[in-house]
Amino acid sequence: MDFKALGLKAGIEIHQQLDTEEKLFCHCPTTLRETEEHTGEFVRYLHATVSEMGEVDRAAAEEMMNRRQFHYLTYDTTCLVENDEEPPAPMNPEALEIALQVARTFEMHPVEQVHTMRKLVIDGSNTSGFQRTAMVALAGVLPGDGEVETICLEEEAAQRVEGSTFSLDRLGIPLVEITTSPCMHTPEAVQETAKYIGMVLRSTGQVKRGLGTIRQDVNISIRDGARVEIKGVQELDLIAEVVRREVTRQVNLLAIRDELRARNASVGEVTHDVTALFTDTKSSILKRAKSILAVVLPGFAGLVGREVQPGRRLGTEISDYVKKCGLGGIFHTDELPAYGVTAEEVAALRAHLGVADEDAVILISGSKEKAACGAKQVRHRARLALEGVPEETRKMLDEGNTAYMRPLPGAARMYPETDVLPVTITDEHWAAVRVPELLSDLARRMEDELDLDPAVARQAAYSEHLPLFRMAVQAGIKPNLAARTVLGTLKELSRDGVAVDKIGDQDVLTVLTAVEKGEVAKEVIPDLLTEVAGGKTAAAAVADHAGGVSAEELAEIVEKIVAERIEFVQEKQMRALGPLMGVVMKEVRGKVDGKIVSEALRSEISRVI
Amino acid sequence: MSTYMTGDIVAASCRGHPVEGIYITDRDGMAVLKLKSGYNIGVDQETCTLVRRAGDQPIPAVPTVVQDESLPELAIISTGGTIASKIDYRTGAVTSQFTADDILRAVPGLTTVARYRAEMLATILSENMTPSTWQALARAVHAAVTNGAEGVIVTHGTDTMSYSASALSFMLDTPSPVVFVGSQRSADRPSSDNVMNAMCAAAAARSDLGEVAVAMHATTNDDLCAVHRGTRVRKMHTSRRDAFQSHEMAPIATVAYPSLAVDLSPEAVRRGEAEPALHADLEERCGLLSSYPGMPEEAVKVYEDFKGLVIAGTGLGHVGSGCIEALREMIDAGTTVVMTSQCLHGRVCDRVYDTGRDLLAAGVVEGEDMLPETALTKLMWVLGNTADREEARRLMATNLKGEIRRRSDYGF
Repeated sequence: MDFKALGLKAGIEIHQQLDTEEKLFCHCPTTLRETEEHTGEFVRYLHATVSEMGEVDRAAAEEMMNRRQFHYLTYDTTCLVENDEEPPAPMNPEALEIALQVARTFEMHPVEQVHTMRKLVIDGSNTSGFQRTAMVALAGVLPGDGEVETICLEEEAAQRVEGSTFSLDRLGIPLVEITTSPCMHTPEAVQETAKYIGMVLRSTGQVKRGLGTIRQDVNISIRDGARVEIKGVQELDLIAEVVRREVTRQVNLLAIRDELRARNASVGEVTHDVTALFTDTKSSILKRAKSILAVVLPGFAGLVGREVQPGRRLGTEISDYVKKCGLGGIFHTDELPAYGVTAEEVAALRAHLGVADEDAVILISGSKEKAACGAKQVRHRARLALEGVPEETRKMLDEGNTAYMRPLPGAARMYPETDVLPVTITDEHWAAVRVPELLSDLARRMEDELDLDPAVARQAAYSEHLPLFRMAVQAGIKPNLAARTVLGTLKELSRDGVAVDKIGDQDVLTVLTAVEKGEVAKEVIPDLLTEVAGGKTAAAAVADHAGGVSAEELAEIVEKIVAERIEFVQEKQMRALGPLMGVVMKEVRGKVDGKIVSEALRSEISRVI
Repeated sequence: MSTYMTGDIVAASCRGHPVEGIYITDRDGMAVLKLKSGYNIGVDQETCTLVRRAGDQPIPAVPTVVQDESLPELAIISTGGTIASKIDYRTGAVTSQFTADDILRAVPGLTTVARYRAEMLATILSENMTPSTWQALARAVHAAVTNGAEGVIVTHGTDTMSYSASALSFMLDTPSPVVFVGSQRSADRPSSDNVMNAMCAAAAARSDLGEVAVAMHATTNDDLCAVHRGTRVRKMHTSRRDAFQSHEMAPIATVAYPSLAVDLSPEAVRRGEAEPALHADLEERCGLLSSYPGMPEEAVKVYEDFKGLVIAGTGLGHVGSGCIEALREMIDAGTTVVMTSQCLHGRVCDRVYDTGRDLLAAGVVEGEDMLPETALTKLMWVLGNTADREEARRLMATNLKGEIRRRSDYGF
């Protein structure tokens, strides 16, 4: 695809959780919990609030079509603020400082007086019905000709456990939201920019790491298409594919529009009750339904079933809208007969409605109220198909496809958070904000200063264990030893099921210092750390393995081991060295450096062969 | 004063970067602009230049409220508070003016419960209520009841709602329910408790209840409202939805949500038991004093010109011995002094310890198990309705509207 020719414009919003002591608007810790640990629960409803202009935000209005009771889980690490039972605390200054550091990195203009707003979100993920958010700085630069439009400080939403149940541990964790202008024109550029911004964020050393702690929303449009916001792309490597598939979708929707217009297609204004036609149906879904409604789409035949993304059709898009009414989906004539609906039933339906072959019929089934809501949604989405690409907020599916979530919210969703006072950022404050060293710069510097291999330096700089690595180097540990242990050994042990979270930074330093002093051999580092993970103190682990093997004792051990395996040694000659290393090392219990053991073995083997 | 008006389009500089937005207001010397994204930011006033004046805003079309004439009529009397406050999305300002129609627009479900006659008595924060507002409210409620309303809903700020409810309990005899309702979380948030509270209050106002009550969330859940007797209810939390609690008795009713099923307790006064009557006189020169260790005599003497004083004493109903002489002098000079307890739960008994006996000897009236605030509104009402000191003492110790319980129940 020639993205430039298609007029691709893309921007990203990156949401990154901050690793602060406390949440953004209360004094709870930013700790995630297991849902089984919850200590309480409660239920609430949310109501779309009407502005004085009589307006309800369109996204909020759609959410209200299917009114639900929300269920919330509370913990001993959450408080009345998360429960929406107490006014918020002032904005967390630690979070603001991190946002300002990022703003300085992008050479942005900080807002002089920061105002907290309420962004209406009534899908239940915020107990209050809104997300608190504040614009902190604007207009920054990205490498190349990119532009960061704004940086906002927001509170994280509650985690959906299932259905309408949410867990309040995550609610209120500070997030920075970085929004770029629609300055990217290829899928790869979007992915590269996301990667760069992620690196800048991690350079502060104060962001959360791990799955779900960073999310990308991608804004995409092509010429004649429409702005579509794709929420929650968690894997960086999928971003380019998401962009490609959205471009594909918009191209296909435009082609469908052109075809519909050429056919002079339209949307039937009447909803037909066809419940009676299906009284003896074999389709379990239709049989169960109290009400079966039909909407006729003249000129749509064949196009409802046309693919817009791999495995997704225009019919799927219509179905997504219908799901907003609490229904499972639709049947359409492009896919029938199927799902227990027979060819005879389809023929009867067509005859009953008096529709032509080039017309499509959509069936909506469910309770009376929900089916009526669904029919309205079918007509709404079908009309949008005649116009082309609707402006939408969409969610990620597997492999880079997307599904409809809600309309793009309007400006009516923002109003001031009257419970939080504005925060002034003075010139002095701004001037004193630390500019973090970029990890990319740090990697180059460590490569030079610590004489590390470029790949190792980069790995160290980008690792979440960077602080420990730096501490070790500071303590006089050789950089390569520190890197191998911190970046390699710990990960390997974790893979082998060792409880590495029980190993403190100080434990690692104690072990590495002992190795550096020659008290224990570096080969026993994994054993020592495993023992520490098992509950032993680092000092005790070191002591158990330290000292006591003199050169004479080593010579004796080596001589004995070689003598016991003399046939093997004579057969393998010098190649016996490798296998015997392990035996000797086990005998000396790691108290002698591998290099010394190797030399002793080598001289003993050459003596006997 | 800024030279700009709300709604003006203004260009400004955000530390050197040009921005444009709708001028909202001044805030601590900065101009607050609403950007196109909806975000507000504060910018240096000096950098602002006018792009264009707001011009005349079209008057927004307000949806009309259609009422179901076949339903019984309830009166809504609004006094202010957060139950129907809202924000102007365009300007970000909070509106303080609202009519009962606004309440029906904010809580559309109300029109399925009854039809409404509305009266806006005041738009004040409840901390600014005065005894004279209670009197105006009592007259308005009495008029609504005598004019045939099946029940009355009073919307009220929550801070002093229990004072108003207890004051009206004494001032009014009512055959129909008079239900106070408010919201703890402002109506401009989607999670506000205003919708459920208002719906439950309307259901209670149509029910078989026949007394002054307060209807608010029973727990933090949106599933049940508790209806409390006006003389035995107290706000017990600054911010929680279930801040209002009945004291030493169960709520007189519950209203389930969203079913709106009303369940009256056996103790609830039933509709029609009383004839409507209004006794709106109050003696405003009454005070409420909370005792504390080391409280000096002067703290008591502040009230020496008052007609009545309620003391929220410690424990069973005590003040430090050093204050007793001052109380004796006040009582001798004509002040009625009533003892209640800052424990809130339990009955006053000044016959157990020496201090208590000295207080009784000085002429202090035991307030039984009355809440201190209820004792205050009652004392205002009693002193407003009788000049006879002995009669006043007798009335203060007598149950009039459920404020004193003869027995201290265990395990209600």
